Amino acid sequence: MAVYSEKVMEHFMNPRNVGEIEDADGIGEEGNPVCGDLMTFYIKVKDNRLSDIKFKTFGCGAAIAVSSIVSEMAMGKTLEEARKITPALVAKELEGLPKNKYHCSNLGAQALNKAIDDYLRKQGVKVETKRRRKDEQE
Amino acid sequence: MRKVYLDNAATTPMLPEVLEAMLPYFRDAYGNPQSLHRWGDEAREAVEDARSKVAALIGAQPEEIIFTSSGTESNNFAIKGLAAAQQSKGRHIVISAIEHFSVLHSARTLEKQGFELTLVPVDRYGLVDPEEVARSIREDTVLLSVMHANGEVGTIQPIREIARLAKEAGAIFYTDAVATAGTIPLDVGELGVDALSLAGNQFYGPKGSGALWVKKGVRIIPFLDGGVHEGGRRAGTENVPAIIGLGKASELASKEMRSRIEHLSAMRDRLLDGLPSRIDHVILTGHPTQRLPGNASFCIEFIEGESMLMLLNHQGIAAASGSACTSKALKASHVLLAMGIPHEIAHGSLLFSLGVSNTVEDIDYVLEVLPPIVDRLRQMSPLYAKFSKEQSRRR
Repeated sequence: MAVYSEKVMEHFMNPRNVGEIEDADGIGEEGNPVCGDLMTFYIKVKDNRLSDIKFKTFGCGAAIAVSSIVSEMAMGKTLEEARKITPALVAKELEGLPKNKYHCSNLGAQALNKAIDDYLRKQGVKVETKRRRKDEQE
Repeated sequence: MRKVYLDNAATTPMLPEVLEAMLPYFRDAYGNPQSLHRWGDEAREAVEDARSKVAALIGAQPEEIIFTSSGTESNNFAIKGLAAAQQSKGRHIVISAIEHFSVLHSARTLEKQGFELTLVPVDRYGLVDPEEVARSIREDTVLLSVMHANGEVGTIQPIREIARLAKEAGAIFYTDAVATAGTIPLDVGELGVDALSLAGNQFYGPKGSGALWVKKGVRIIPFLDGGVHEGGRRAGTENVPAIIGLGKASELASKEMRSRIEHLSAMRDRLLDGLPSRIDHVILTGHPTQRLPGNASFCIEFIEGESMLMLLNHQGIAAASGSACTSKALKASHVLLAMGIPHEIAHGSLLFSLGVSNTVEDIDYVLEVLPPIVDRLRQMSPLYAKFSKEQSRRR
């Protein structure tokens, strides 16, 4: 499986924050089982910060590694900071992704954003879930 | 760590006897078979001996064998070359929906050049229904192609019946036998086909060795123009060591076929019975009985193939998958989809293709290692979580 970086392999073999949060403050789902990837992110928010993040992912090695690293990158961040996690940053943090797996990094960032949107909506904030900019590789 | 290679559909390892047979033709016997001196004679005689062995494997005449570089080349050559030879009679081609890409894409290329193409569907076991073939035949049908067996799901087709239909319609019938030649008994006369492909690396011969058999009297337009190699049908200096290796592999296959089949099918059945009894929600893909002796293919629900392959690889096991994420093109296997398997299940495809060097212990190791891998991925899977919640709600 030499197509993946060591970092991807490490996160795939030992994914962080796998699971669900029973009383999550926000839930975001991205992807589609028909396409082969589905990610669900659960967040807890305390004082505008992500105090806990869990995920469940159906997909390839890259999809699982992306979910893991996104959860790690976002943990403890403010909602605004967490929103700045772009697919490019995710891919960089993973020491690169194969070109045809780049879309996985988009899914991860998008699922987290949707969870934040869901939280804000529950707080009565009006949010429009906007499709994030699609990356060139898509 | 135990190492278990179960990806023989991708390529088999070469047998030591095959390598030994090839070695002299890299070293001392380096002549060009076309040359008129002792070096040439030596190479030519060895190539002709190999030709006889390949012919014997499939019940053909030596002069009907054309050596090629691979199964892919043989399939390209056959589809394009046979169609080109027939096109004054008609330009309609019929192939099955689960052909290998080297057949399917060759047919698509012909389509772009003005041929009409009909794809015959398969049932949920991957079987082509001869009735469907009969319905697809038209006045201008000149070529039909159905693979002997599909290496991905293992289903063996009723070739004799389909070939008879083609013959009645006056069309040429071709079969891609890459998955079967050298693996199960095969006789071109008995099958009633007009042309057939095979590849050495599917039965313990070298990579880069293949052959196309074309029945005497059947016309084919050459693909590679040049000298008069291979009876003027395939130019280019012969790849002598590969040809010798293919010949040796054919000889061994003819000799050992029965014992190989016995060994392979016993291991296969151990997997086919063992996996579903250890893992829930496993679907056998392919035909339950009309199946290649070394093929054990499944779809494992709620999880994805590539992540299974990675975890298996980590434990020393090599397997394959038809999932979208595994393919560079990110498309789920056209074979599984043609069998009516939904996308989300096809993503969980897992293929073990067994070889002669595998042992019952290898199979037991897989049966021991795979269930925790499946469990681990399912614990991560939102699809499995949804399914489990629905189940408990129903209870």
